[in-house]
Amino acid sequence: MSAGGTAVRDRVERARLRRAARNPARPPVLGRFPVPWRVVGYALVVGVALLYLLPFLLQLVTGFKTDPDAAANPLSLLPTTPTTAAYERLFGLSKSADGVPFLRWLSNSALVAVIVTAGRVLFDSMAGYALARLRFRGRSLLFGFVLAVMAVPGVALLIPKFLVLNTFGIFDTYTGMILPLLVDAAGIFIMKQFFESVPREVEEAARVDGAGVFRIFWSVVLPMARPALITLTILSFQGSWNEFTHFLVATQSGQYETLTTGLARFVSGGLGGGTQYPLKLAAALLSTLPVAALFFCFQRYFVNGANSGAVKE
Amino acid sequence: MPLRTVRAHRAHRSTGTPGEPDTPGVTGTTATARARAPRAGRRGDQRREGTWGWLFVSPMVLVLGLFLVLPILMALWVSLLHWDGQSNPFSGDADFVGLDNYRTLFTQDGLDRTLFATALRNNAYYVLLTVPLQTGLALGLALIVNQKLLRARGALRTTFFFPSVTSSIAVSTVFLFLFQGSGAVNSLLSWIGVKGPNWFADPRGVLSLILGGLGIVDPERPSGMLADHSFMGLSWFEWLSGPSIAMCTIILLAVWTTSGTFMLIFLAALQDIPRELEESAALEGVNRRQLLRYVTLPALRPVLFLVLTLGLISTWQVFDQVYVMGQGAPGNTTLTPAFLSYSAGFDNADFGQGAAIAFVLLALILCLTAFQRWALRERGARKGRKR
Repeated sequence: MSAGGTAVRDRVERARLRRAARNPARPPVLGRFPVPWRVVGYALVVGVALLYLLPFLLQLVTGFKTDPDAAANPLSLLPTTPTTAAYERLFGLSKSADGVPFLRWLSNSALVAVIVTAGRVLFDSMAGYALARLRFRGRSLLFGFVLAVMAVPGVALLIPKFLVLNTFGIFDTYTGMILPLLVDAAGIFIMKQFFESVPREVEEAARVDGAGVFRIFWSVVLPMARPALITLTILSFQGSWNEFTHFLVATQSGQYETLTTGLARFVSGGLGGGTQYPLKLAAALLSTLPVAALFFCFQRYFVNGANSGAVKE
Repeated sequence: MPLRTVRAHRAHRSTGTPGEPDTPGVTGTTATARARAPRAGRRGDQRREGTWGWLFVSPMVLVLGLFLVLPILMALWVSLLHWDGQSNPFSGDADFVGLDNYRTLFTQDGLDRTLFATALRNNAYYVLLTVPLQTGLALGLALIVNQKLLRARGALRTTFFFPSVTSSIAVSTVFLFLFQGSGAVNSLLSWIGVKGPNWFADPRGVLSLILGGLGIVDPERPSGMLADHSFMGLSWFEWLSGPSIAMCTIILLAVWTTSGTFMLIFLAALQDIPRELEESAALEGVNRRQLLRYVTLPALRPVLFLVLTLGLISTWQVFDQVYVMGQGAPGNTTLTPAFLSYSAGFDNADFGQGAAIAFVLLALILCLTAFQRWALRERGARKGRKR
């Protein structure tokens, strides 16, 4: 009796909430902050936002300064004598034989990132689909394997990876740079989660029509997975573009240097004083640009990616 | 979902002979069986599905097996060798030294142990400062961005999140520039009359500086108990001197770059708090602080645990920033186990020692991850029972 009473009250309550929800304004639970607090709050928020923006702004500006200017006025937001010398050197328009083969770094990074992204999108979604939908022996064991692999930290594998690449004879080759990155456990996990949310009836219908497993995967399920595929593409590109430790142990000669390994060697070389900061910062800025552009266009998918880390269990 | 799979599976099987195992493929049976009876065709389908299943996961098994499992096994072997990276470590003439590489890390007095202890100390301080700071900052940012009446919420979210997506090498470069001796940060500090330290060249421990400032110990010449006792080759004073100023810069960088990601996790959780909960609290007449203290924060507790443990796991892996910003300098105060493992192998050609350090680090991180997964699973189960 009492349980029924609560249920009724619940329903009334829920109806009231639905009415409240339909009201488009939906004011916050507690009203506005009083005016003085609001002013202080906005000032604080602007201050914090500046802390996040200023480093990038200074980086951008310093790229157009001369070396002495950058050393003397590190904080000024206007170059006293604006110059594009740093960018000219990076793109080989002026004396370029000074240890910064930027275009080579750029093309290596691009090559590796494109192949790795393509590989991850294909192989991760195949594995994710198999783990979510196909019935085969050892499936749950394999999924346990994926979960275990996700727990293995990359930095503990630096020397182990070098050992394997060396043994297989692919140390210091493009193969050695690309092959180990072609599959990643986190991507498989994301795709598996997604495929499990696709209604099974769709596949049943295709199966009744006589479609085989691969056909169902390729032309029925995969097109439905567009949002997950975009997330995976973006995460894979970002991951392989920013990858550092793997390339550090997989290569040693200059011709295989990427933006990350090349820049790291260049920057960590000279710790003394403010040498060549415009050049270093310009190179760092250019290496950030592709991911930044992706980020501003597809921010939603980056957010998905960040939150997929939160639902690992 | 898995439950549904099982049920569907059973429904199909119940039309066939119960308990009959899948007979491995005899050529020809599939086609004839399908022609004869639908249930047999079903079984053929299942066998084909199994083949496809293994085909689909084969790239994953190959790549992860060859470049993740195999390396771990090989490194486990190498960590028992004295190997300089030149000969073949898997031939008979490898110099097998048993657990020596581990012994020099923990029990044998010497440079190796001192370096390892220093790296552990540095990283422990890094974890102790980074994890609470980044969690607190991320929570604060999430609370700000979650204010319904705040202008430009989307732009703020983008701003806070952006450092997280950039390359660690690129932002480390920027921080190197900002924190030079005569760099932007120090000129900013000089505006308010503070003379900033020479960040990346300053090996002094922050705790020892504070204690020295209070007149409790003399950082230049520590004496008494602190200097007389030692553990793993480091005196108590060295253990307790805190992160160096150079390390603090790396900590600031870590907090700055990771807070955005964790902010998003908090934000998602904040938006999941049922509005009814907040409204009924408002009906009770709570003020803002009480709402945060008694409604919002308790609702965030599982996510808070998640963020704390994710931070705990990732901060033990700091490497890129150390590589760019210090490589251990000044005075080994930015040395971390991950970097020590790398430099033992690649700079000093002592791959056995490097592999041993890597395994100690791996064990530590796997323990933390196991603890996290275990604790989160418990929470999930308890929540399920309550419902």
